[in-house]
Amino acid sequence: MDLFEHQGKEFFAQYGMPVSPGEAAFSVDEAVAAAERLGTPVMVKAQVHTGGRGKAGGVKFAGDIDAVREHAGNILGLDINGHIVQRLWIEKASDIAEEYYASFTLDRSAKKHLGMLSKEGGVEIETVAEENPDAIAKVWIDPVDGLDEDVTRAWVAAANLPDAAVEGTVDILQKLYTAYTEGDADLVEINPLILTPEGKVHVLDAKVTLDGNSEFRHEDYAQYDETQPRDEREEAAHAKGLQYVGLEGSVGVIANGAGLAMSTVDVVNQVGGSPANFLDIGGGANADVMAGALEVINNDPAVKSIFINIFGGITRGEEVANGIIEAMNRVAIDSPIVIRLDGTNADEGRAILAPNLDDKLMMEETMLDAARKAVELAS
Amino acid sequence: MSIFVDENTKVIYQGLTGSQGSYYGRLNAEYGTQVVAGTHPKKAGSDVDGVPIYANVGDAVAATGATASCIFIPAPGVRGAVMEAAEGGVEFIVAITEGVPAHDEAYFYNELKRSFPKVRLLGPNCPGIISPGKCNIGITAGHIAKEGGPVGIVSRSGTLTYQALYELKQKDIGVTTCVGIGGDPVPGTSFIDCLEAFEADPETKAVMMIGEIGGSAEEEAADFIKNHMTKPVASYIAGVTAPPGKKMGHAGAIVSGGKGTAAAKMEALQDAGAKVGNNPTEAGELMAEIVAGL
Repeated sequence: MDLFEHQGKEFFAQYGMPVSPGEAAFSVDEAVAAAERLGTPVMVKAQVHTGGRGKAGGVKFAGDIDAVREHAGNILGLDINGHIVQRLWIEKASDIAEEYYASFTLDRSAKKHLGMLSKEGGVEIETVAEENPDAIAKVWIDPVDGLDEDVTRAWVAAANLPDAAVEGTVDILQKLYTAYTEGDADLVEINPLILTPEGKVHVLDAKVTLDGNSEFRHEDYAQYDETQPRDEREEAAHAKGLQYVGLEGSVGVIANGAGLAMSTVDVVNQVGGSPANFLDIGGGANADVMAGALEVINNDPAVKSIFINIFGGITRGEEVANGIIEAMNRVAIDSPIVIRLDGTNADEGRAILAPNLDDKLMMEETMLDAARKAVELAS
Repeated sequence: MSIFVDENTKVIYQGLTGSQGSYYGRLNAEYGTQVVAGTHPKKAGSDVDGVPIYANVGDAVAATGATASCIFIPAPGVRGAVMEAAEGGVEFIVAITEGVPAHDEAYFYNELKRSFPKVRLLGPNCPGIISPGKCNIGITAGHIAKEGGPVGIVSRSGTLTYQALYELKQKDIGVTTCVGIGGDPVPGTSFIDCLEAFEADPETKAVMMIGEIGGSAEEEAADFIKNHMTKPVASYIAGVTAPPGKKMGHAGAIVSGGKGTAAAKMEALQDAGAKVGNNPTEAGELMAEIVAGL
């Protein structure tokens, strides 16, 4: 779950990190009002879940209120890498002497937390990593031990930051690690972390990705979940608790398990079709979940046929079959359905479906045959 | 032979009194797995289908001599359940539960390595392990696996584990052991752990490896295959046609900047000498060719 920059800063501020005062704004008038309260100069910053905002014209300095009005008008509605700007962050402008980079993430290969610090910040860190990897000081942290101050000091020393920045950076990194672990984040990143002319180290940008699996111990994460940008189809699927990604094709896909759902998308493509979506009903899905999934697919006007690919493990065949029948009774399904059902209780499931088979509901023996049938029906 | 488990493995089910735990505990027992105990802090002295419930894993091990534990506890309790199993004295822990926070996984992975180096953890968020005809721990439907070898299966995705078993059964090919390692960020057992065990197992003559986009576990496995494996490998990577930048489900399968793509993984495996299919059926056919040539 990605946070907007301003949410990330609010998140960091809870852990005592220095961030600039600012306000979110959803219109030009709100942006102007926010700037009047904060006092110019301010930065007008697009709030989108993607990088490269500056290059795309999504981050502007505004010296006075007229400039705020102009920039806010230009940035709202801007398309940045396919993300349309719908909210702004109006922030008190900072003086910058130097720009650094700092982050924590989980290194899957090392199976430890990885901290990265570089005095070459404010630029694309991927480019630095590629062209000058030595410019990034790294530290691997065993989650059982955590990050103590001595290790942090040695790490900051390795990054060759100027003396004036050392104390402030050590302090911020310790707080950033606490935010990362206590907050159950997949990623926390500050780029740039700045040194001001007055010698203060300050958080100028915030990128935070939270682990959705940890929501059970973070009641406040619901507020971030509500602001995730989703298209209509994704919103409907999310409301039903389904893992859904909208795609551009005409074959609606329902499968159980992320791997099988991805594989189903692959196979539909490989037999010459194009999937309308990825939809994983998850493990242990029951009749209700299957009915909900069919409703979501049915509401997508691009869908011309539906391919249900189930291999039961924790999901049981008879539950899937009952769900399909229930959904067909509950709503009029517009597109023909092709089912492939194997695994736990597949025989029971097939027996339930057998008397209901017709030219709207078909069953195939294999995943490939079912994909071919669904693609044929969609074209 | 089989890897990690066999017909003598005695298993405790943490969560046997719950709906999923009792359902799969019963199915595993019917398959022939030695389901010897369940645990529940408040239900000690009761039973589920005649299987005795103990207050904790330590008590269950003392009473039954169990060497393995299977976890069907909801995600918030998994960190505690894994540590309870290790402290209780089992050598092999299978955690089926999905949705465990990544930081919890990183914590108990490292804590096990440090304090219980002999304990093997499989999962979490995995379908478990099946050695056909001998032992089935987890949620795999037993009838889709043919016993008697010669193929070992290791897979990151639950449902694709079943698909792989099924593809081989359709071709009348038996399996020594099938290990679902799960697709979470920090799996307790890796591809490499399984490849190493299959390489050492005399009954396993070839290995089927199912991966998916995201992370670099498949590339690391390809390195191991290239440098340490003498047995042939057939493989499939799910997500060949996944759009870049989209997160496909819980697996953390996110493709960015050309790293972790299916294409990169397939290339690494091919470079290591593995045969790579474009879908599970093709991978099954490649494995059939390998088996025919053994």
